Amino acid sequence: MSGGVDSAVAAARAVDAGHDVVGVHLALSRMPGTLRTGARGCCTIEDSMDAQRAANIIGIPYYVWDFSERFKLDVVDDFVAEYSAGRTPNPCMRCNERIKFAALLEKAIDLGFDAVATGHYASILTDANGNRELHRAAAWAKDQSYVLGVLTAEQLAHSMFPLGATPSKAEVRAEAAERGFSVASKPDSHDICFIPDGDTRGWLADRVGAEPGIILERDGSVVGSHEGAAAFTVGQRKGLNLGVPSPDGRPRFVLEVRPSSNTVVVGPKEALDLAEVAGSKFSWAGLAPTDPSTAFDVHVQIRAHSDPVPAVAVVRDGELVIRPTTPLNGVAPGQTAVIYVGTRVLGQCTIDRTVSAVPVSAA
Amino acid sequence: MAVYLDHAATTPMFPEAIEAYTSALGIVGNPSSIHTQGQNAKRMLEEARERVADSLGCAPIEVVFTSGGTESINLAVKGLYWARNNPAGSRPRILVPRGEHHATIDTVEWLERYEGAVIEWIPLDAVGRIDLDALAGALDTQDNIALITLLWANNEVGTIQPISDVVALATLRGIPVHADAISAYQHLPIDFSTSGLAALSVSAHKIGGPLGIGALVVDRSTTLVPLIHGGGQQRDVRSGTQDAPAAIAFAAAAQHEAPSLAALRDRVIAGVRAAVPEAQLRGDPEDRLDNNAHFTFPGCEGDSLLFLLDAAGVSVSTGSACRAGIPEASHVLLGMGLSEAEARGAIRITVGHSTTEADVDAFLAALPGAFSRARRAGLSGRNVAARSAAATSDGNAPDATRAVSRG
Repeated sequence: MSGGVDSAVAAARAVDAGHDVVGVHLALSRMPGTLRTGARGCCTIEDSMDAQRAANIIGIPYYVWDFSERFKLDVVDDFVAEYSAGRTPNPCMRCNERIKFAALLEKAIDLGFDAVATGHYASILTDANGNRELHRAAAWAKDQSYVLGVLTAEQLAHSMFPLGATPSKAEVRAEAAERGFSVASKPDSHDICFIPDGDTRGWLADRVGAEPGIILERDGSVVGSHEGAAAFTVGQRKGLNLGVPSPDGRPRFVLEVRPSSNTVVVGPKEALDLAEVAGSKFSWAGLAPTDPSTAFDVHVQIRAHSDPVPAVAVVRDGELVIRPTTPLNGVAPGQTAVIYVGTRVLGQCTIDRTVSAVPVSAA
Repeated sequence: MAVYLDHAATTPMFPEAIEAYTSALGIVGNPSSIHTQGQNAKRMLEEARERVADSLGCAPIEVVFTSGGTESINLAVKGLYWARNNPAGSRPRILVPRGEHHATIDTVEWLERYEGAVIEWIPLDAVGRIDLDALAGALDTQDNIALITLLWANNEVGTIQPISDVVALATLRGIPVHADAISAYQHLPIDFSTSGLAALSVSAHKIGGPLGIGALVVDRSTTLVPLIHGGGQQRDVRSGTQDAPAAIAFAAAAQHEAPSLAALRDRVIAGVRAAVPEAQLRGDPEDRLDNNAHFTFPGCEGDSLLFLLDAAGVSVSTGSACRAGIPEASHVLLGMGLSEAEARGAIRITVGHSTTEADVDAFLAALPGAFSRARRAGLSGRNVAARSAAATSDGNAPDATRAVSRG
């Protein structure tokens, strides 16, 4: 229970469904803020108190479990390391993968619980053979199945998402108000919980070393310099300060960040279009396809709230390879590609290789 | 029926304290008012002060009522520091043992940060007793000491400190000593008049009185700079309208015969050792509070044990400080030389006046199951590597490899 409205309602619904429920608040920072900062805060003392008050009203016991060391190691340090390596990670997915549905779930099972229920907007359905499947939430606008795409069959077997079938967030807020939760109208948390002011660039700049380097065209010609490659993201247009005009006079975009050589590669907008993304770190959310080495039709989604794109997927040479039918735009290594069949989440990979839709010579 | 074995956190009010409190709540009158109602309230208050003084072996004028133990400690430590370190810098040094309560630690650290204090931490031995040789050494080498402050008995592990030895060392050099007697009050004989202490802190709710009131006993000849300014009540040391009903209830608890708890405590200690032979008794095995049993359970997280015992209807404590409910490894145990892993497996069981043998036996019956389950959970929240690898399905082979490599 984060102290927000979703997990409070999820807990209450789990109780209503007849489960024996205990509220757990995750302490993810050793230095929690004293008060919520605007709408962005998370894991503050106030959030912990909000969660406890909701648990009081539901009538369930409430505990704080300290995962701050694990969170720092597996989520915060990982986030910094990934950025330093020129990749763009999703810390919420790491948290689901390693904390909420790993460390927390394991501790819970060891202590005698059967499952972790969270306030995520996603659904778990069971197929004719009793296999659990992860699906999009009924409330498409709030759907969080993307950030749960890292869950495995084993984790899904011990997960519950009581909000999955709710048609809208407004209904959850109304229900919270009806139940008397003080958090019924609490603003949503967003962005990255451990960067409370929302200034991800500034936060990273304090933690990732920055050294001047060069900016290249894809053909290797030097077109500018920079103050630190890690400050750039794929798709970025502004702030390049290139000294040399592009051959065609059109704006250039960051195509690639190479931390090992501290260089940034730029090119025209269409060079951001990708014909293929692939990752060697992949997993199946439930049953794996019977023959993943034979190409199968999916939709691919590359951000929490981007539109799914039709694609063909296949497992080849230890990689999950995804070829969209229309090019994906502005994908950075480190992002997660989640593949769907209809509303079902089939699996995911962390993108570590991309193929441009536009050959260098044509750009 | 819940079994309550956390009496060191707070203990139930005695019925006569509740009776005294509730009947006094209906009486109007500010003890500082001059009219008859004011005088009645004043009389009730001063009778209460006399009875509290009686329980502590001090003069009534030496009892300053406060809002509780934390305020008492703040007033004693800051008040003595400001009075003694005048002019500023003349006596900035404060001697404090490791393993003190946070009310003391945070107060001296605040003085260090904002008021120029120099803190000299005196080490503890393996059972939590202050190292008297180290204290004597510090006293011999420094001549600018403002005060010494220490627990009379440790609130977590129950170790009784050699207060008279500390006072003897300090008195030779004219240095005032403050004792935090909050956990010792009504568990050890306290006679302030012969103790040689400059000040002593107590709290009512730890002895069967109400929450929200405590006292600082301040020797007549000791000067304190006040924390709270206003109407000058209580020797100009602690301003604020005095709470006669709370004082009366405090006095009722203070005059209650101290319960005899050592047999129950020994039943806990013997029972834990029989049920879980791996458990280690912490604190001084002999010189310990009569209500305190404290153990570390190897391979367990204290908060897992606490949770499992709670689910079985038994309330105990990990003993250590919480910040926003976040359990931390006990600084007392760390100060006694335990590793962080050992310290994390701590559970404090404290008995009180309402505890029965059946309560202790209910705890002992629940303990083995809680212990084996908590040990299975182990430190899973911290060191999950091997386990997450085991729980990962085939499709996640690269992940599993990574998880293992982190272990």
